[in-house]
Amino acid sequence: MDILLKESRQKLALLGNEAIVRAALEAGVNFVSTYPGTPASEIGNIFSQIAKNNGIYFEFSTNEKAALEAGIGASFSGLKTLVAMKHFGLNVCADALLPFCYTGSKGPFVLYVADDPSCWSSAQSEENSRAFSYLAHIPTLEPSESQECLDFVKLGFEISEKLNIPVMIRTTTRVSHQSSPVQIGKINLNNNFSKGKFIKEPKRFVTMTPRVLEMKKELIEKIEKIKKLSEKSSINKIEKGKGKVGIITSGVSYLYVKEALKELKMDLPILKLGFFYPLPEETIKKFLKNLKKVLVVEELEPYLEKEIARIAQQSNCKLQIFGKNLIPEVGELKPEIVLVAISQFLGKKISFDFKKHLKDFQKINLPKRYPQLCTAQIAPPGCPYWLVFSALKKVVSENTIIGGDIGCYMIGSLPPHNLYDYLSCMGSSIGIAHGIKKATNQKMIALIGDSTFFHAGIPALINCVFNKSNPLIIILNNQITAMTGHQPHPGVGKTGMAEETTLIKIEEIVSACGVKNLKIIDPQNFEEMVSSIKEFLEKEEVSVIIARRICALLAKKLQK
Amino acid sequence: MTKNLEDFNIIIVGVGGQGLITLLKIINKAAQKEGLDLVSSELHGLAQRGGSVEVHIRFGKEIYSPLIKQGGADLIIALEAQETLRACYYASKKKTVFLVNKFINPIIGAEKTLSFEEISQNLQKFSKKTIFVDASEICKKEFSTDVVSGIYLLGLTSAQKILPLKESSLIETIKEIVPEKFLELNLKAFNLAKSY
Repeated sequence: MDILLKESRQKLALLGNEAIVRAALEAGVNFVSTYPGTPASEIGNIFSQIAKNNGIYFEFSTNEKAALEAGIGASFSGLKTLVAMKHFGLNVCADALLPFCYTGSKGPFVLYVADDPSCWSSAQSEENSRAFSYLAHIPTLEPSESQECLDFVKLGFEISEKLNIPVMIRTTTRVSHQSSPVQIGKINLNNNFSKGKFIKEPKRFVTMTPRVLEMKKELIEKIEKIKKLSEKSSINKIEKGKGKVGIITSGVSYLYVKEALKELKMDLPILKLGFFYPLPEETIKKFLKNLKKVLVVEELEPYLEKEIARIAQQSNCKLQIFGKNLIPEVGELKPEIVLVAISQFLGKKISFDFKKHLKDFQKINLPKRYPQLCTAQIAPPGCPYWLVFSALKKVVSENTIIGGDIGCYMIGSLPPHNLYDYLSCMGSSIGIAHGIKKATNQKMIALIGDSTFFHAGIPALINCVFNKSNPLIIILNNQITAMTGHQPHPGVGKTGMAEETTLIKIEEIVSACGVKNLKIIDPQNFEEMVSSIKEFLEKEEVSVIIARRICALLAKKLQK
Repeated sequence: MTKNLEDFNIIIVGVGGQGLITLLKIINKAAQKEGLDLVSSELHGLAQRGGSVEVHIRFGKEIYSPLIKQGGADLIIALEAQETLRACYYASKKKTVFLVNKFINPIIGAEKTLSFEEISQNLQKFSKKTIFVDASEICKKEFSTDVVSGIYLLGLTSAQKILPLKESSLIETIKEIVPEKFLELNLKAFNLAKSY
């Protein structure tokens, strides 16, 4: 971590996420907010350690919408701002993002979003956040490697400063958790946090009809200007090559393309796009003009390919376009997938028999080793959720429905637990439970972690009371945001900068929501847990058990 | 590093919590010390919680992809023996050397735990050379803890000359990366591998 605060003329091997932090430090960031989520968590983890002594305000916000809105407030007040989140966080804050693009930023603003193709650390969906670029009209840059993470974030701040618009930096797991050499620049920080000033400009910051439509026009004009900037930008680069066959690519896919061409000893022209939105259409036209065939290499949905097809209509309508006919839409790309696709595209043979090798490998058929709750061996006495899960197994009949939510306890959906009947997005265990209770006569238990409860569970709990349903909700209160690496939440009493703050008591929130059946139980009191679940399942109104015991891994960490 | 070597590809596999990322950091930094191009890939979050974990490390000249391709590993270090088999995806008989810790962590829900013989048999199609070593046992005996078995294995890659990095770069890096109070133990484990 110290390395990120030092100067160095030699290249440093940095994680993509570390390079993003360094870029913000070099850009002179004043304000950083986030909600933890893999693969973006390191941003918050690092700032929580270094912000205070380097004149930066940092917070772990209650959720991504609160984080983005805090950042918007800071930008409106003239501060240079970074807001970071995983892809699903962008869904949560979308409501704030769209109007922010209309008003525009004042203090330069970068939104960092990390996607997770192949869902390594993500339940719920394999999201491609690039769709938001179009939806919100937010300029979007896609780095491939750690050096570009640093360069693109700094460029993002520059574009934002010049045109008063937020800029999104979008990575994927293999970029954010890739280590590669970075030539760092100079840090630009103050020792003390200097406050901004909110200057009243209602015409600028109030989105209200009819002004809102003027704003949309202004936004589209800004995007046109950025398009021109994108045409000239060196981050969209044409690498010259031989022949009338070329490749267009971006993000981590570019690295697989380079690797494949090296192996095939081919020298094709490549257009590497740093801008995803807006695209440099003239540059693309110029690239396509003399080509007979082009292959678009991109992960997940073919957003780029569709745009290339549209642009080709205007410059080279005979062009043959290849993309998702050779490259899968589901799952992250891998070097061999791109190598095989390019060799098919070129009609070239490769010496290694990937199919046969895969068959031999599949014959081994080693059983899957799933992630596990911490055992007593790892962190005595073991994860408290083991006990909650056992209590549920003991009590619950076939006909009782159990809903899961997002956190370590997602592991409950895997063997040997196989506990959940549904699992969706943050806060949804309660929201969906309400619907099931209204729609059926079945018994219903919803599990939710404490950080997730603060994040998105409270409105759903209120809905149960308001609209009179009676699920049993078990709040797994391990007193930390555990899965992403022990970040504080509003129920901890410490901020992201380790300052003392009001500890918001979950039981007081639950009571204030109008819940009458409430118990706080230590999961180690197994019999009490079992009898309380039984008792509460018979209630006619919503009931809540707060299963309170500290995360075993955190307890171990605190002892050291 | 051997001069005519274009790139060197290492997969480390194990179970979440076995210290794979520390090994990755040491190898990365040592490669960097030798002026090599490098890129590595790791996973965090849920993927790390006691499940199968693999990290990729590549160094040499003109390295692009953060992932090693199918059949492309030169060296596979397995901190848990059964996980070796998962890494076979990256292995080929032509070039892959396996260094396997004879330590078994049973897979929950699996019908049976594989024996070393079964693991070894399965490896035949994928391995040019395999070294099984009681790293966890040796470390437990010598240091009363097996937390340094990864470092012991790293020492062994150096002693057996199956990792094309200088011993001095590795030792220097360990000194830079490992916290002071664990340093002596780690260096001892690294050096103990010489007497294997």
